[in-house]
Amino acid sequence: MTTTTERPAAAPVPPSRPSPRRAVTATLLRWWRSLTAMRTALVLLFLLAVAAVPGSLLPQRSLSQSQVTRYFSDHPDLAPVLDRFYLFDVFSSPWFAAIYLLLFISLIGCVVPRAIEHARAVFAAPPPAPRHLHRLPDHRSLDSGLDGAATLDVVEEELRVRRFRVVRREGRYGPELSAEKGFLKETGNVVFHLALLALLLGLAGGKLWGYEGSILVTEGDRFCNTFQQYDNYSAGALVDAGDMSPLCVTLDDFKAEYEENLTAASFTADIGYGLAGSASRNTTIGVNSPLRFDGDRVYVTGHGFSPVFSVTFPNGDSFTDISAPFLPAETQTMSSEGALKLPDVPGSDEQLALQGLFAPTGSVQGGVLTSVDPRPLDPQVAVFVYEGYLGLDSGLPQNVYSIDQTQIDRGNLTRIGEANLKVGESTTLADGTVITFSGVKQFAAMQVSHDPGQLWVLGSAIAILVGLLGMLLLRRERVFARTTAGPGGAGTVLDVGALTRGSADTAPRFTALTDDVAAALARRARTEENPRT
Amino acid sequence: MINESLAATSDTLFSVAVGLYSLAVVAFCAELAFGGRTAPARELVAAGGGTVQRPVPAAAGGADDEPARARRWGMVAMALTALGALVQAGVLLTRGLATGRLPWGNMYEFGTAVVLVAVVVYLVLAVRTPALRHIGIFVLAPVVLSMVGIGLFLYASAGPLVAALRSAWLAVHVTTAILGFGIFFVSGIASVMYLVRSRYEAKVAAGEQPMSRIVHRLPGAAALDRTAHRTAVFGFPIWTFAVIAGAIWAESAWGRFWGWDPKETWAFIAWVVYAAYLHARTTAGWRGRPSAWINVVGLGVMVFNLLYVNMVSTGLHSYGGLN
Repeated sequence: MTTTTERPAAAPVPPSRPSPRRAVTATLLRWWRSLTAMRTALVLLFLLAVAAVPGSLLPQRSLSQSQVTRYFSDHPDLAPVLDRFYLFDVFSSPWFAAIYLLLFISLIGCVVPRAIEHARAVFAAPPPAPRHLHRLPDHRSLDSGLDGAATLDVVEEELRVRRFRVVRREGRYGPELSAEKGFLKETGNVVFHLALLALLLGLAGGKLWGYEGSILVTEGDRFCNTFQQYDNYSAGALVDAGDMSPLCVTLDDFKAEYEENLTAASFTADIGYGLAGSASRNTTIGVNSPLRFDGDRVYVTGHGFSPVFSVTFPNGDSFTDISAPFLPAETQTMSSEGALKLPDVPGSDEQLALQGLFAPTGSVQGGVLTSVDPRPLDPQVAVFVYEGYLGLDSGLPQNVYSIDQTQIDRGNLTRIGEANLKVGESTTLADGTVITFSGVKQFAAMQVSHDPGQLWVLGSAIAILVGLLGMLLLRRERVFARTTAGPGGAGTVLDVGALTRGSADTAPRFTALTDDVAAALARRARTEENPRT
Repeated sequence: MINESLAATSDTLFSVAVGLYSLAVVAFCAELAFGGRTAPARELVAAGGGTVQRPVPAAAGGADDEPARARRWGMVAMALTALGALVQAGVLLTRGLATGRLPWGNMYEFGTAVVLVAVVVYLVLAVRTPALRHIGIFVLAPVVLSMVGIGLFLYASAGPLVAALRSAWLAVHVTTAILGFGIFFVSGIASVMYLVRSRYEAKVAAGEQPMSRIVHRLPGAAALDRTAHRTAVFGFPIWTFAVIAGAIWAESAWGRFWGWDPKETWAFIAWVVYAAYLHARTTAGWRGRPSAWINVVGLGVMVFNLLYVNMVSTGLHSYGGLN
């Protein structure tokens, strides 16, 4: 309470201007309050949902670089503008991060005070009964033949049977009782929101310390878990390449099985794996069953064919069994496209390349090769042979799976032959070079992933679900009762009121409770009248 | 491998189910037509053009002043709906038996299962709270439309599952996604009905004479809002579980538990929208109509996620069976 002092009436003191520091504090406090208000959290939730939309409607670099490239060539004017707003990297963009960080802070501001308050409430006694019990959503008055204390004893017993925490007080308006149960509802609420925070932390940790590398491995080949070996990799900011586990994997055999209607039934890879320098173990991995080893996971994410060629040059030198993976252009028939580059041709300054189509089961109609079956029943290739300069040392990165079109456009590469070949067939170029299609190997697209946050995220997700169930399915009930003397001093009037959160149909339960109380009161009154019977 | 005659039976049952639901719609219409004895417009125009304040029917809607003939039609409609649900369950059962797998491996089967869940949820609600029977036509009409759409545009003949779907997680993830979707379907319709009804009640309270007999017979706005909320409360943990199960499956199938694949993104958006709905209902200034709109948006997101993401965008969830 403030004490008022006598002031000279003539000079009312203007309210002094708050010091700048206090003004800043007040402003910050106001911002903090509005940021942590439920309304703000709602708006931020909506913003998050809306912000995620372009990430699904526009191609994303994280999902498919080639689709982004195509979008750029289809919309040369629009794409750079969209790119400036990070619309091809929505989920790693600063504005997406801004929204979820704000939501994160808002969530902390919401849930931490709530958790503290809840912890206090768990240990505190139920609050005193309100003055007007008949204003509570559920209310009933009962006549009792017992005195006030005995009546409340009966109520307390009924409530304790129902596992309420009960407190008796001598209130201002008569002896009263407060009872409470259902703390787990609020506990669920707090757990849910804290687990959301934990999940976000786990996600962030996984992104910072996690990595992912992918590589095409032909049967018989081996790779080790280093960034140098991967065709593609992405790593979090805090990944130390020296700490990566020295896992090495050999692809022994790859099998693709199909149903009668050529639906893919299973893809399995027999692999040998182990840490570099130690013994290798064998296992089979496939779709839905990766290898989990030492915090790393090894997946088969795709497969394809590598046609094998032998090239014999006019001077007698030859390359035997050279191959390159051809990427599936169509998963239904496994019709694949690729290129085999020969930068060092013996006895010549010109470089050589084959580019074309591979069909596991080929069918040539009108000179055009198509594939009719994903299984390698009758492998065929249709290749163009190019001679000239491949541009591999030009300093510009180029696609491994095709030859550089700009070199053809500039006239550096010229087409010197073309052929449709079955296994064992060969074609002879004008200079006498013989190219033989000698066979087919399978390759598997393999991926090694490392995400230290994964289990943390899973635990948080389970906690989210448990908290959610507690929050949504449990009720928090408060029951209050008070006795007053009956009209004219005869008997006792018992008022019972209840307040329930988390349930719509409270009336039947309240009626059941008060019915039981009334019955117990009647019973007790009878035994008091005739204690012998 | 595929039992063709069972597969054909399944297709026939699909048509039968559509027929039964259509008849149920007709019966619900008849119920409305005969239930209009107390049509508000006729009896309440006072002489001199003034209007008489008429108390808004309470939560029970027009159920208590219902003539026997309307009640009979209502029962017929309910029976037809229940029969339709049984036959529709038969569609999925025979498909499953014909293919020897869970019958939710493509969009046709998924959509059929979602609609079945929605019908069952409606039936359960209508049996437990008879006043809710009166939203029947607004549930069954979208159901018939959805079924026709599914049959025409999403149909895929019975076949084996693609390799990626051969996992125990299919039973967990897809089943819960179907349950969640079906429940949200009914919840969304209840919110639409709430929006219509609450406007009607506001007009009545303002002394106007809204002409709509159909809206007059709907349950009260409060009851509709409660139904929408309770179904969403029921559906939200199921949807949450479906998303988590999907993430666990994705971890073993695709090499990461979350990668912002279009389907994942929209599942996330739906989750956020429903979370917003549940929050909005307890936030001052958002109760009532604004929160109901959020629920309607949620249903829109769910439908968009099914149709657009599978048919237009390219992502990893391309199991629709449509080429």
